[in-house]
Amino acid sequence: MTAAMLPAQATRHSTFIEAAGLHTYYGSSHVLHGVDFRVHRGETVALMGRNGMGKSTLLKSILGIVRPRQGRVVVDGIDVTGAETHAIIRRGIAYVPEGRGVFHNLTVAEHLRMAARPGPTGRLDWTYERVLETFPRLAERLDNLGNHLSGGEQQMLSIGRALMTNPELLILDEATEGLAPLIRREIWRVVRAVKETGIASVIVDKNVGVLLDLADRNVILVKGSVVYYGNDLTANSEVLKRHIGV
Amino acid sequence: MTDRLPRPLALLLLALLAVLVLYPLFGPMLFPEKHTFLLQKLTGIMILAILAMSLDLLVGVAGLVSLGHAAFFGLGGYMLAILSPQYDAANIWVVLPLALLAVAGAAALVGFLSIRTSGIYFIMVTLAFGQMGFYLFNDTKLAGGSDGAYIMVKPAVEIAGYALVKLGSKQSFYYVVLGLFVGVYFFFRMLLASPFGRVVRAIGVNENRVRGLGFNPALYKLVAFTIGGTVAGLSGFLAATQYGFVNPSMLSWHHSGEALVMVILGGMGTLFGPVLGAFVFELARLGFESMTEHWLALMGAMVIAIVLLLPKGLAGLLLQVFGDPEPKAEEEE
Repeated sequence: MTAAMLPAQATRHSTFIEAAGLHTYYGSSHVLHGVDFRVHRGETVALMGRNGMGKSTLLKSILGIVRPRQGRVVVDGIDVTGAETHAIIRRGIAYVPEGRGVFHNLTVAEHLRMAARPGPTGRLDWTYERVLETFPRLAERLDNLGNHLSGGEQQMLSIGRALMTNPELLILDEATEGLAPLIRREIWRVVRAVKETGIASVIVDKNVGVLLDLADRNVILVKGSVVYYGNDLTANSEVLKRHIGV
Repeated sequence: MTDRLPRPLALLLLALLAVLVLYPLFGPMLFPEKHTFLLQKLTGIMILAILAMSLDLLVGVAGLVSLGHAAFFGLGGYMLAILSPQYDAANIWVVLPLALLAVAGAAALVGFLSIRTSGIYFIMVTLAFGQMGFYLFNDTKLAGGSDGAYIMVKPAVEIAGYALVKLGSKQSFYYVVLGLFVGVYFFFRMLLASPFGRVVRAIGVNENRVRGLGFNPALYKLVAFTIGGTVAGLSGFLAATQYGFVNPSMLSWHHSGEALVMVILGGMGTLFGPVLGAFVFELARLGFESMTEHWLALMGAMVIAIVLLLPKGLAGLLLQVFGDPEPKAEEEE
């Protein structure tokens, strides 16, 4: 069958992200040792592992923020290996990096409006109004500059801004790090709401209990290699104990 | 910071603007002998303030420290000299757009070639391009070489043969420059509040984060660089109109450096700061020059004192005094 006979662009691949054989180095230190990683459409993936095992590096390698020396990254059926970060992001990924990515010289409203765009398939579920409904605290602080917000509010703003891009996939790297329990609960509530709308997500977090409950699939990284990929981790207390320490 | 000034500060700036608007009226009474000189001086300072604002867009907002900005200033002036007929007035509706177009083209080209670098490399590349511009006019017969060139007749601002203003009149020219100076300020304010401006401001804080939101920072920086360069060209065009003369030193890196000092003295990224910086810098030069022939030492001491005591420049001081709640700005990278 030739390409011309295939149905037009409308093909939605059931695998949204397919990374294969990623080898990433920082200088001479070999961080990722041939990682394969997959995210299906609408699926919630918990990316687990102790500190320094390569979780953030894997995410950055997929997004082209660091360049893997070997391996392939395919997003929604399109090979994006070596593409620019902003172009990869535009394929429908929203990335909330570690350590709150707010801009201290922009107001809350400006952050949200800046990110507003329809998703890659033209979907526009998350509007300015809907994000503010989801995060009522942000609605009270529309004119505050980024550095006039509490840590929790900054994190809500990061997530709200990510949703404004109407992504197919939301990546949360340590989204609840250093937040008060009450605020964490608030964030998990939103993550669940996001999941229900069919947006896929990749979550890195210290809170194993919540992840086990929330995720459709768990991936454990140890020293830059995948040691576990599956969805029966709750039953595998042995694996959890050995690789995560709980 | 760029979008809302504290009310008392806005009033203070308005009062200073009122002084500029009224100066031609009360100047002759206050300074009977020096009035014309001061009128020209103030015109020149407002022209430099336009240059400083255009550089602030790059340095203070987008985080692009350029040491070649005067090249666009000089090119704007040279375009007027080259396009003007020798013994006749040039038509402003023709020469001004052509001059700005040429500068915009040059800025887009230089920006395209330099924006891929950052930090110290960007400074070096812009310095190199600036010096190329300098030697282009210094060492070729393009427009009088190192002697510079005269613009014998100031451009005519006419509609259907009727003169709107006569740029030859020092007072009219003062008001034309004042109008453009205020116009450029509000143009930049609007630009920074626009969707484009939001992205450029964010790039100045953290470029990687902006890339992570799906924007191509290089493209935004290139557009900002081109806009900044073009406005610098307008400033140079006005300077050439005022003095009726251009020479290669307009493009020199000394001149870029002075503009940078105005931006830093005034307070980067605040737009009104660099304007104040231009006034303080030029008025201090005027004062020191009349006091001693070693005025450069005094200038240096003043710059060092301000930079040491006011790390955020004059604007930072004013924002503090007028109660802008400024918490510790956390810069994470």
